[in-house]
Amino acid sequence: MKHEPRPCWQPTADVATLKQRAAIIANIRQFFAERDVWEVETPSLSNATVSDFHMRVFDTQFADPMSPQQRTLYLQTSPEYAMKRLLCAGSGAIFQLAKAFRNEEAGKHHNPEFTMLEWYRPGFDHNQLMDELDELMQSVVGCLPAQRMSYQDAFIKYLDIDPLSASLAVLKAKGCELGYEHICRDEQDKDTILQLLFSHEVEPNLANRCPCFIFDFPASQAALARISLQDERVAERFELYYEGLELANGFHELANAPEQRQRFERDNQQRKSAGLSTVPIDEFFLDALDAGLPDCSGVAVGVDRLVMLALGKSDIRHVLAFNYQNA
Amino acid sequence: MANISTNEFKGGVKIMLDGEPCNILENEYVKPGKGQAFNRVKLKKLISGKTLEKTFKSGESFEAADVMDMELSYLYTDGEFWHFMNNESFEQIAADDKAVGDSVKWLVENDSCTITLWNGTPIVVTPPNFVELEITETDPGLKGDTAGTGGKPATLTTGAVVRVPLFVQTGEVVKVDTRSGEYASRAQK
Repeated sequence: MKHEPRPCWQPTADVATLKQRAAIIANIRQFFAERDVWEVETPSLSNATVSDFHMRVFDTQFADPMSPQQRTLYLQTSPEYAMKRLLCAGSGAIFQLAKAFRNEEAGKHHNPEFTMLEWYRPGFDHNQLMDELDELMQSVVGCLPAQRMSYQDAFIKYLDIDPLSASLAVLKAKGCELGYEHICRDEQDKDTILQLLFSHEVEPNLANRCPCFIFDFPASQAALARISLQDERVAERFELYYEGLELANGFHELANAPEQRQRFERDNQQRKSAGLSTVPIDEFFLDALDAGLPDCSGVAVGVDRLVMLALGKSDIRHVLAFNYQNA
Repeated sequence: MANISTNEFKGGVKIMLDGEPCNILENEYVKPGKGQAFNRVKLKKLISGKTLEKTFKSGESFEAADVMDMELSYLYTDGEFWHFMNNESFEQIAADDKAVGDSVKWLVENDSCTITLWNGTPIVVTPPNFVELEITETDPGLKGDTAGTGGKPATLTTGAVVRVPLFVQTGEVVKVDTRSGEYASRAQK
């Protein structure tokens, strides 16, 4: 086991690194100021939360001085719902630098509390937003222009398998052949195997010289992205990878309230069948979609990872003043 | 035995995997922003000694392996078993040739060895890092030679063959590093 320093009072990043981090964050603000994208602040605590099956949320009890009953509030995992409500209220292009919180996530690329940059562009589709993120990466991190590859092409190129048409049996066989028989032999969920193969076998090949966008994820992994009109097997969702880091996740945003409600209910159904507690559906968010979300694309970027890349650090704690172990 | 979840995996934790006790060496958390979390784990199979990498779904749990290490003195072999004794309780334990394996050539009477027990049965015998053994046979060296010319093979009392400097002679006791099988020095008298 690698030696890990014992937590102590001192910062996990050195002061010089923290100053460089501050400069990067100032550059991000400058980048958006030049493009007339204004900065917003939305709550960290909210009444409803994300339904994503794989997301574990922190919650806390609010003792309301005006009510005998305690109320559960959730720490946000991303400011997505609140920012979309602002878009529905006519905000126009907005960005936010916010703390996001995810339970059960810690490692050299994860801290349970982290900084997220999220922005929305009315009138942009996901391709235009990839262009803008590419510009941000070049100007803030100093990267070369990014490559682009569809999810399907990446699987075909590196694993010789079509993720959109392959059956569960074919995916299981591929997983077993690559040494993951322990997970794959009994797995009934195609997406779990796809996520395993993608993160362990495709991703390490991507983006070692310049960043790489992967786009058109399977519709079953759409999250809050629209399904493509050209190919209903895929969603208009993209991710950005560079040097082994997953940096960003973006969508051409789903604006259809009934479809969004269906996805929430499907998530809760999946939670129920796995023995997890269901989550309250965010009715304010659905009401806002009902009132009308402008056609837009949005993306969330892990700022700590961006700083890791820009400064050549391999562990997230080396870009945080205090990581969760000595926070 | 208790069950051990992936979030308890750290160096030294022993689990059962495919019917064999394994020692966890490293544990890395891998999670896509959207999707299943995994733990990429480096572990060592204790019986075969093989090191391997395995990926598990985060939260999966495994039976703990009833494995413990004991420091015991080597006594003797009867040809079929190698006998060790606990110096405090005087309790004796016998290890078979599978458990002793290649360590057989480093077993010196009264030396303290680490015996790994699984369900009470010895599965691995680890000799001390350094042992002292007498040379039973080696070619006479050339006069005036100093260390570092490549040396010559020497057979030790246990049958082990190590390379020694040319000036070391039959009948001398040498100190050997059992991890590399290399000559370390002449034994202090």
